[in-house]
Amino acid sequence: MKNTLTRLLLPTAAVAGSLALYALTPPARVVPDADNAGLKLPAGFGALVAAETGARARHLTVTPQGVVYVKLSRVKDGKGILTLHPTSTGKATIAGGFGGYGGTGMYNKDGYLYASSDEDVYRYKLDNKGEVTNPTQPEKIITGLINRKQHESKSVVLDNSGNIYVNVGAYSNSCQERDRRPGSMGMPNCPVLDSAGGIWQFKANKLNQKYGDGLRYATGLRNVVGLDWNQQDNKLFVMQHGRDQLHTLFPDKYTEKESAQFPAECMYALDKGDNAGWPYIYYNQEVNKKMMAPEYGGDGKKTVDDKYIDPAAAYPAHMAPNGLLFYTGSMFPEKYKNGAFIAFHGSWNRAPEPQKGYFVVFQPFKNGKPSGNWEVFADNFAGSPEKAASGRADHRPCGLAQGPDGSLYVSDDVKGTIYRIVYNKK
Amino acid sequence: MKHTLLIASLVLLSLPTLAQKKPATTAKKPVASAVSATALTSGKKVYTQNCLTCHMADGGGVQNMNPPLSKTSYVLGDKTRLINVLLNGMEDQEIDGESYQNVMPAHDFLTDQQIADVLTYVRNSFGNKASAVQVGEVKTARAAKKK
Repeated sequence: MKNTLTRLLLPTAAVAGSLALYALTPPARVVPDADNAGLKLPAGFGALVAAETGARARHLTVTPQGVVYVKLSRVKDGKGILTLHPTSTGKATIAGGFGGYGGTGMYNKDGYLYASSDEDVYRYKLDNKGEVTNPTQPEKIITGLINRKQHESKSVVLDNSGNIYVNVGAYSNSCQERDRRPGSMGMPNCPVLDSAGGIWQFKANKLNQKYGDGLRYATGLRNVVGLDWNQQDNKLFVMQHGRDQLHTLFPDKYTEKESAQFPAECMYALDKGDNAGWPYIYYNQEVNKKMMAPEYGGDGKKTVDDKYIDPAAAYPAHMAPNGLLFYTGSMFPEKYKNGAFIAFHGSWNRAPEPQKGYFVVFQPFKNGKPSGNWEVFADNFAGSPEKAASGRADHRPCGLAQGPDGSLYVSDDVKGTIYRIVYNKK
Repeated sequence: MKHTLLIASLVLLSLPTLAQKKPATTAKKPVASAVSATALTSGKKVYTQNCLTCHMADGGGVQNMNPPLSKTSYVLGDKTRLINVLLNGMEDQEIDGESYQNVMPAHDFLTDQQIADVLTYVRNSFGNKASAVQVGEVKTARAAKKK
């Protein structure tokens, strides 16, 4: 009996072993969970919980070999980056971790893994299996970025010319003389903008770069968490978190409803030298106008026509776009190709109105420009409409990444769930 | 074994009821900082205008952004420290092991009465139960700040 078992088990083990090896190449068939991991998806799509990390999972990236790296905003068991190995069913095992610092940025390109703390950017060399070769000795490529807690995360993305782009968020809501104090006016020539409130460009392969070694690529951006390089028109796209508290700070100019409704969360296509206008303006998505901020003389009606760029697209207020990904895979139907997925982390600043977001949106693109209306792609991260409305969401989508097979990974920074969304219709 | 567990859990279950009974007997003594319905009503109004967007309707705050007000040491602890959070604002301060991004602006534009009322409301909402904050206590804290 024992012999028969061993004889039976041995080949099975061998097959399992080779499957595990095979798993690092795109798996043959990924199986969605019976309940699609609790998500609501368009017909033909399925989702599974690839892993439960139990950590605050921020941005994530997948190497061409399929290894998933997840950045944690807070170090867990001494690790700030987790390494996940997907198996043939799509479920991933947490293979280990490294990088003893919290942060948000996580990106890989051309054999390097890039990760950020809230002050520095590091890079690690990847081998031909997609594994990090120097987990304890990364190269520190950028250092000394400003971190004053508010809008502290540094997101990163690379272009095709050896440059890395880093968001430095404004350490202020609207550059008031006294931050978030009702009625306090805006500081003239907002001093925050010299070292924050914009996107900085650095060299991807140079060590120890400081502000002076980089270039303020674009300014007037309050805080960007989601950003990606659009390969079609070879351009940087970012998602701005719009300002908070129009009503709380200027109750005589804005109602609670207006404060929940405005300003838009904006997508910008950025060229070198662009100015998106924070803190002087905000965007009203109902009239498609740039409005003068109340801290700088605005009253909810005055518009500003020149100086600042227009958004490429605008979305409802306060939904907190934390992830942006241009889909270049071929697993999903044709309409998704080169379009943008946006992870909306979910609002807090709409109270007492119901909260909103906690979903992944799809924005169709044509020839590198937003084209047509956005739609909710993956919903119910919150767990129920009531949990979304109260802001007490079970999960909040944060990072987005594309696997080599074209599946879409989504991270959650409440419970640390890593979702994988696949298309199964043939 | 099973029996011991059962008994243990019964004892545990009865503990909260016992605990609840205790203050009921001591509550007969006149309390210096009794909570008045007027203070709660007025405090709620101040809360809705000034606090609710960040700390939320249920006082639960927002993870990583704005601290909760339910059962935290800052809210239930020393009243002068709590009054000073409103008078001076707070920034970059870890609260019960968690850190929060947003700045709490100074709310010294509120009157002593408004501060007393809103803190009394907060200390007696969201599952909190603590003594009222008196106008005199706010006045003293504000005077100490001016020195």
